[in-house]
Amino acid sequence: MTRTVLVTGVSRHIGARVANALAADPEIGRIIGVDTAPPSLHRDDGASLGRTEFVRADLNGPDVGRIIGSADVDTVVHLDLVSGPVRSRAAMKEHNVLGTMQLLAACQRSASVRRVVVRSTTAVYGASPHAPAVFTEDLAPADGAQSGYEKDAFEVEGYVRGFARRRADVATTVLRFAPVMGPGVDTPLTRYFSQDVLPTVLGFDPRLQFVHEDDAVEALCRTARADHPGVFNVAGEGVLLLSQCARRAGRPAVPMPAPAFRLFGGLARSAGLVDFTPEQLSLLIHGRVVDSGRLAAELGWRPAYSTAAAFDDFLRSRGLPSGLWPAAFDRLADLVTAHRPR
Amino acid sequence: MSTMPTPDERLAALLAFLRRRVTGDYEIDEFGFDPDLNGTVLLELLRPLYRQWFRVTTVGLENVPAHSGALVVANHSGTLPMDALMLQVALNDEAHRPIRLLGAHLVYQLPVLGHLARKSGHTLACPEDADRLLRKGELVGVFPEGFKGVGKPFSERYRLQRFGRGGFAASAIRAGVPIVPCAIVGAEEIYPKIGDVRALARLLGLPYLPITPFFPWLGPLGLVPLPSKWMIEFGEPIRTDEYGPDEADDPMVILELTDQVRETVQERLDALRKRRGPAFPPFAR
Repeated sequence: MTRTVLVTGVSRHIGARVANALAADPEIGRIIGVDTAPPSLHRDDGASLGRTEFVRADLNGPDVGRIIGSADVDTVVHLDLVSGPVRSRAAMKEHNVLGTMQLLAACQRSASVRRVVVRSTTAVYGASPHAPAVFTEDLAPADGAQSGYEKDAFEVEGYVRGFARRRADVATTVLRFAPVMGPGVDTPLTRYFSQDVLPTVLGFDPRLQFVHEDDAVEALCRTARADHPGVFNVAGEGVLLLSQCARRAGRPAVPMPAPAFRLFGGLARSAGLVDFTPEQLSLLIHGRVVDSGRLAAELGWRPAYSTAAAFDDFLRSRGLPSGLWPAAFDRLADLVTAHRPR
Repeated sequence: MSTMPTPDERLAALLAFLRRRVTGDYEIDEFGFDPDLNGTVLLELLRPLYRQWFRVTTVGLENVPAHSGALVVANHSGTLPMDALMLQVALNDEAHRPIRLLGAHLVYQLPVLGHLARKSGHTLACPEDADRLLRKGELVGVFPEGFKGVGKPFSERYRLQRFGRGGFAASAIRAGVPIVPCAIVGAEEIYPKIGDVRALARLLGLPYLPITPFFPWLGPLGLVPLPSKWMIEFGEPIRTDEYGPDEADDPMVILELTDQVRETVQERLDALRKRRGPAFPPFAR
């Protein structure tokens, strides 16, 4: 049976990789990629779209509805949530939330759509000292995100739930991804870890989890190819502390009091150095860990990279760690053992 | 381990530890427990207090399951939760099991304390975390009296306070693990709380601000705990696997089990206190 898949957000890294991976699947007849900007042809990582037909369209408009209607799209993979940088917060919200509403409305009208996969984030759980240590999918985010990308994702999920209720015949999947790490990933968090010095919050050492980009792509492709309705956390096994990340990166961590940290975060943001929302700052204070057991049970598949392996692969791609610290340590250790009085 | 490590071996072990720390090459669990740091540094700092200062002795270690999940329910006292730390050393060193204590929200809001608590294996007292740890077969510990116990005045020593709503009993039933009643004698005397600066405590967002015979009069010196003699007893486990899982939200069952555990702990506490004798035995031994 020929199938037609629509992928939104193909001009960015994960979107392009998903479209490319699906294009390699002979069972899929047609792949239509949508984005507001054309995919860049000279990307460093060179993720080509394969035989994907690119259509330049804004989700927040009538074009996508027309594409779904005229091309008999049966699977929609919605990856087009932007976390920045964008012109303004209002534009970002319009793109994320209104764009999703338009897309879901088109899916709801369509007689051909049978499967919808939406990319979300574990940030919908928020980050707080009052939350359980490990989030499962059923834990309602009580006082979740108040602003930014996290709030958008939370609202988008609300519309997806409404859609799944109204169109129970459509298999609707929501994947909540832990922060994505990998050679081609460029997010506020990867930019944070690429700094020469890592500002941290004095007295806090958050637990962090990552998912490797290969695993994120694989999870999206698996749920795009077969029905797996439901909400699933996707994170690499294991946990790293922020202090541990800094040591693995060989970067000095500079602890500063929380108010100073927030102030610097805000300054860096307004100076355009990093695009850090208050939610990301609170992640670096309280951390967040999720349980991906439901995904493993449903798909019979686990992310290949653990949290630590995903982070190490990211570090290697940026030429880190320099190896200076361990070497210096070993020199020092040799001196100590050699000069020990007997 | 019967043979003491040679100085060379100890130096090598220390250097290996430091190298792991410098390069971030160690594992923590999903709750943030860092066994490498806990065993090598955190517990090591507490051991002199445990051995030389409070001279803790333990009774009934055979009642602590060797491998499977269990819920240790203990009395709480001492103004500062020193009993939690000593219970941790006791179970780690003598029963060879890390205890995963369920702590107050306050601990996890505070800088330093919050992440040190996680690194030594503890987490927030909430049903999700308790259930998860017990399902994984961990040894979990709770002080159901909470601040009411640890912050009670000296005049009420060794009198158990209310046990809350019995959330711990529900968790034990859901996981089908035994409850190990635990009595801790000695913590009551370390900081005899004879007064409370309520207004200032409220201002600072603390549950209480104690006055002891030595604090705040002697300044930081008043923070040195009195060297009382301690005993920790683990009682016979109370089974919960005879309950059905849906009885975990039956208030009658929960309150009954909570009462049973509370009475057992109070009984063991009274007996153990007699057995210990004076809190401050004569200096000449």
